[in-house]
Amino acid sequence: MAALPQPAASALIELAGIRKSYVTGDIETPVLHGIDLTIRRGEFVAIMGQSGSGKSTLMNILGCLDTPSAGSYFLNGEDVAHLSDNALAKVRNKTIGFVFQGFNLLKRMPLVDNVALPLLYAGASMAEARRRAAAKLAQTGLGEFTRRLPNQISGGQQQRVAIARSLVCDPALILADEPTGNLDTATSREIMDLFTRLNAEQGITMLIVTHEADVARYARRLVRLKDGLVTYDGPVADAHL
Amino acid sequence: MSFWQVMIEAFRAMGMNRLRAGLTMLGIIIGVGAVVLMLAIGESVRTDINQRIAAMGSNLFIIFPGSSTSNGVRAGRGAAQTLTQADAQSLASIENVQYSAPILTQPFQVSAGNNNWNAMVYGVTPDYFSIKAWDTDLGSLFGEVEMRSLSRVAIVGRTTAQNLFGEMNPVGQTIRIRNKPFEIIGVLADKGSDLGGGDQDDAVFIPLSTARQQVIRTWFPGSVNMIMVQAASAERMKDVEYDITQTLRIRHRIREDQEDDFTVRDLSAIAEAAQGIATMLTLLLGAIGSISLIVGGIGIMNIMLVSVTERTREIGIRMALGAKRRDVLLQFLTEAIVICVCGGAVGVGVAYLGSIAITKFSPLAVGISPAGIAIAFTFSAIVGVFFGFYPARRAAGLRPVEALRYE
Repeated sequence: MAALPQPAASALIELAGIRKSYVTGDIETPVLHGIDLTIRRGEFVAIMGQSGSGKSTLMNILGCLDTPSAGSYFLNGEDVAHLSDNALAKVRNKTIGFVFQGFNLLKRMPLVDNVALPLLYAGASMAEARRRAAAKLAQTGLGEFTRRLPNQISGGQQQRVAIARSLVCDPALILADEPTGNLDTATSREIMDLFTRLNAEQGITMLIVTHEADVARYARRLVRLKDGLVTYDGPVADAHL
Repeated sequence: MSFWQVMIEAFRAMGMNRLRAGLTMLGIIIGVGAVVLMLAIGESVRTDINQRIAAMGSNLFIIFPGSSTSNGVRAGRGAAQTLTQADAQSLASIENVQYSAPILTQPFQVSAGNNNWNAMVYGVTPDYFSIKAWDTDLGSLFGEVEMRSLSRVAIVGRTTAQNLFGEMNPVGQTIRIRNKPFEIIGVLADKGSDLGGGDQDDAVFIPLSTARQQVIRTWFPGSVNMIMVQAASAERMKDVEYDITQTLRIRHRIREDQEDDFTVRDLSAIAEAAQGIATMLTLLLGAIGSISLIVGGIGIMNIMLVSVTERTREIGIRMALGAKRRDVLLQFLTEAIVICVCGGAVGVGVAYLGSIAITKFSPLAVGISPAGIAIAFTFSAIVGVFFGFYPARRAAGLRPVEALRYE
């Protein structure tokens, strides 16, 4: 298929034998039973699965928010499965951009400061961070709203701000967890178009967790999870959505 | 994140919940205000006592005659008339004794024109004023010349002057003691009350020689009511006390097995006791203030814990965006410190107003020292760190996944 990644592109994500189980008291609940997954740079991947399939857990591990119980995870050539808290924070800051279902903007901050936050954690000065944040906001079409607070704009606009925030440190990967879950159809389309453009124009690797077939169709590759195992991994076009 | 970014965040967080921040701050305001004001009050009490002690004269001994027994009835201390002017002179030659001043005293009805007033009349030598470090406001002191010539001159204290002459300048006026005219040559500076509460300014001083010859009759020639001895330094007090006792015992021909017929009182011991009380008072007041500051600090801890719980999701978001544990810790710690230091600033202001009010409505002059303010700020910052640390560490210890999932 033409949509499949070029074999020449190097791997951004390499998961091998990833297992994760949660321990509550004496009871161990396995969630992921050994996931092998390789994602190359510039890919646009949708991860689908029923609730309880382990897709959220996988997402957390991919986003370096959680560590696997077993298995290896190489991100950008770095073994991130066994990093310290501080090193993981740095990876989240530099390499990954998060987009959440609930937007997760900080309520009391003007939009520009919301977008500038990752830069501040990266060590940029306030002035520099604000300047770059304003530029990213302008890029996502919200240039005139910099001083507004999150509750003064619409949901779709808030998600654009969140996307601007995820882009501000120039990450290699964007992890979007149900990015259109709180949006209407028209707005969802706009957001997905934005992702598609970022993927195509800037070569940013996109990983979107969704349960909506319409959203998954924007991706080129589909990974389907069931009961903690990968049940399908191939072109979206070949999947029965 | 830089210092200023963290500060901006802290103020923003406070701005989010103004009522809560204000109430939390109130605890610190009261605490810091109490500490500063209490310390200032303690300090002013101490200064007041020190001034009184200094006015009393430093490194001072007062020697009273012993008690007398006649027909089995024991009179009180000073009833015997065993101390003499000659004793005072020999005490003056003891090593490390600066001054030795014999004093003859008796209350008299003193009159000036149609006015009269009952005052203590003191027959003293010029050394007396040196010991007391006491000078005149108006006119001058008498000296050796007046002593030798038995001059009828008098120096009056402020209270006596006011009672006899009102607002008029008494210098050059005449008062009558025992119906003998004395010319007032000086009015002494205000000295205030002594540690016992007696008014030191209600007194008339005349040359000792004149007093003995013309005013105060004594049973024995040359006897005096008391002798004041000033030692050269505080370190020599013990030696001087011993020498005084030995000298007087020899002079009074007291046998080994007999008791002293005089009492040596060390006024510096009284002064030390008074200063000790002042120090204890300052400590006590400071402790009361500190307790309210600690209560305020616990208030901060309480609110910060609530705030950490409420903002769990925010902490998760920040961590997802790359905040390290240290960043989160610093953010919450700074919030606590900002509340404390802002509260501390207002608290100092409140204490300042309180000190003005106390100065106005009480005899104490309470002033807030820069040192007190510095102490208050340091304390409030320490309270912020101490009580902010636990909640901040709790925030920093959250796991990103769980924090993000928190509703």
